[in-house]
Amino acid sequence: MPSVFKLRVTWLWLMLIVATIVSWEFGHGLGFGDNYRLSTSAVVIIAFIKARMVILDFMEIRHAPRALRFMLEGWTVAVAATLLIIYWQSA
Amino acid sequence: MSDHAEHRPPHLPGETGVWVFILGDMLMFAAFFIVFMSYRSEDVALYVNSQHTLNQHFGALNTFFMLTSSWCVALAVEAGRAGWQARAQTWLLGAMACALCFVGVKFFEYSEKIAAGFTLTTNDFFMYYFMLTGLHLMHVLLGLGVLCYLWFSLRATPSAASMRTLESGASFWHMVDILWIVLFALLYLLR
Repeated sequence: MPSVFKLRVTWLWLMLIVATIVSWEFGHGLGFGDNYRLSTSAVVIIAFIKARMVILDFMEIRHAPRALRFMLEGWTVAVAATLLIIYWQSA
Repeated sequence: MSDHAEHRPPHLPGETGVWVFILGDMLMFAAFFIVFMSYRSEDVALYVNSQHTLNQHFGALNTFFMLTSSWCVALAVEAGRAGWQARAQTWLLGAMACALCFVGVKFFEYSEKIAAGFTLTTNDFFMYYFMLTGLHLMHVLLGLGVLCYLWFSLRATPSAASMRTLESGASFWHMVDILWIVLFALLYLLR
């Protein structure tokens, strides 16, 4: 096992923390002018990108049987898309 | 950066039965997320105003603890695979410490909300807030038990079976992390 700092999961953890800070900022005014809907969409999309990162490299689904990877990646896409559609329809 | 060979045969991390449970749980939470978003869209003002009473720092802090504990568990699996049982146990202790911090923050947050008069019956937002975070908290507590079990199981001589147990528990813990990532966005950050 190489040094912790050379492991992919460590870089991933750092990226997840940065993504959390970015999405927190989107929840606090950072965004696209007055269009808070785009900021909220960014929050939802970042959350599911984070979920996919955990799935692929923490859960090690990158190397799992294809069917399982398909189900889990499908989960992120389907849930994110459904949430965004419901959100945008309530205009 | 990557310590893995790019091409290796597919490998299921953990027991099949554990994966059936994980997928079932993720489907159940997906339904909850969608129901929450649907009801929110019917009364956006109520949800937004209620959400403003939440302390977002607690949510962000708990996201940090959850991500960090998941990272520790991933490192424990790497160490276990390399045959370094003691190091794997150390990382599991780190993961348990983060999980305990998560639970501590959650209880502090709950008590603050309840003291301010916000309960399950205050309105729809708080009903979902307490129900979803409470259900997630039960998963965290169950996960803490799983991490303890893994710590003890690492005292045995390493084998294919013990590695599979470590991977099963790790996969469950990462699922708890994934569910929190989505809950944090839905409950604390939507506008």
